Amino acid sequence: MTPERMRTIGRATLTLLAVAAMYEALARSGIFPAALVPSLTVVGHTLVAMLADGSMLAHASATLSRVLFGCGLAVLVGLPLGILMARFRPVENFVLPLASALMPIPSLAWVPVFILWFGLGNSVAIVIVFYAAMFPMLLNTWSGVRAVNPLWLRAASAMGADERALFWKVMIPAASPFIITGLRQAFLRSWIAVVGAEMLAASDWGLGWVIFDAKEFLNADVMLASLIVIGAIGFAFERLVFGSLERVTVLRWGMVRAAKLKS
Amino acid sequence: MPHIEVRDVSLVYDTPSGSVPGVAGVSFDIEASEFLCIVGPSGCGKSTLLNIIAGFLSPTGGEIRIGGKAVSGHGMDRGIVFQDFAQLFPWRTALGNVAFGLEMKGMSKEEREAVALKQLGLVKLENFARSYPHHLSGGMQQRVAIARALAYNPAVLLMDEPFAALDALTRDDMQRLLADVWRETGKTVIYVTHNVAEAVYLADRVVVMTSHPGTVKAEITIRLPRPRDPLSVEFLDYQKELLRHLGERTQGGT
Repeated sequence: MTPERMRTIGRATLTLLAVAAMYEALARSGIFPAALVPSLTVVGHTLVAMLADGSMLAHASATLSRVLFGCGLAVLVGLPLGILMARFRPVENFVLPLASALMPIPSLAWVPVFILWFGLGNSVAIVIVFYAAMFPMLLNTWSGVRAVNPLWLRAASAMGADERALFWKVMIPAASPFIITGLRQAFLRSWIAVVGAEMLAASDWGLGWVIFDAKEFLNADVMLASLIVIGAIGFAFERLVFGSLERVTVLRWGMVRAAKLKS
Repeated sequence: MPHIEVRDVSLVYDTPSGSVPGVAGVSFDIEASEFLCIVGPSGCGKSTLLNIIAGFLSPTGGEIRIGGKAVSGHGMDRGIVFQDFAQLFPWRTALGNVAFGLEMKGMSKEEREAVALKQLGLVKLENFARSYPHHLSGGMQQRVAIARALAYNPAVLLMDEPFAALDALTRDDMQRLLADVWRETGKTVIYVTHNVAEAVYLADRVVVMTSHPGTVKAEITIRLPRPRDPLSVEFLDYQKELLRHLGERTQGGT
């Protein structure tokens, strides 16, 4: 591990610790009832207990698999469709009005409809995640391909690239800064959607269900422990998946730049 | 038979304010392995003409014949180098950029990398094969672009002011390098520029174009031994002659 990398981790830890300390001071001040604002030690004990009995892992993996499945489907559909939209006017004419009308509808507003259609359980959550993740993926890819430097397309065509080669070897890498932004936004929206869907579609598994269920028993510590797990998963994905993806692609290619260390 | 024939080529642009003639009735020939420069002021249609020859634009009148056959659309018989450094694919190394055309031809990885490396050697960049374009200077990026256009062995090299965005010293080096590359490869080159000295340094023959609409004003054969001395009296005489042709346009046009 390089010294620079260690400093980055050190700074991130420091930020998190500072926020945790502020919360702890508030929790212990006695202004709010301890049952509603439990101290971090209580939350920590609950978290460790739930991790130890395996229930947290089961809930987290149920939620994460719904996110990955729904979000993965959204990428499989949104990425090619976004490219086709930017390349072919008829596709754009067909998809854009549809996307414009569907996009403003919050994915959670569909939950009751989808429960009627798909019943309770996994499929509703996955469809909701797909719906939420689809539009950021689609629109970012569409913008990305429209922003591709036309010189690259000209140069590639002059060198004998057909539509298929343009698709894989020019448009996808050329639009990659936008595509990575689309992936990040799709992932983020997926979490919003999955937690909501689990609360409303009332399956017995998942972090959203745990949080909602804990409400019945005023278990603020369970709620906070679940929120910490969601935050931790998001943090890990940003660092391990999106950050790495960026480092080996657009940062390496100089298509985006890292923020300056000193201004 | 001339290698490339430009026959009465016209292009009319449709704009919101009506049709604007970009190029009007342009004709000239280029022999095989000839270095032809097209010189003219901004807006004279010289880049438009190059794009027509490259096949990116269809003329509204006339035709381009290469080796006796009328061409439409782009083809791998022509390589093209643009002015903008951003023409290289940033997601590919210098080697990956040069190998692109060979990859499109279906050549195996080992084979195309060997060919690409040789092409990079031609522009003296074999040591930067694994560098990404954003780590190369403007001059180096343009050299990669030249190697890339030559890699799949087109008979014709089309160049649209490739050195116009470079500083003067780098431009001089690049002109020398291009003259060497042309001598070694024997390509037919059509080179668009607004720089008169550049045209006299590089060209066997110069086509002077004037604007509104773009037409051929004069064709001047440069009879100077190579490598050329930009400070010789004869060199300066050719520059004066070209400038005189361009100057007449200015007096008549504005």
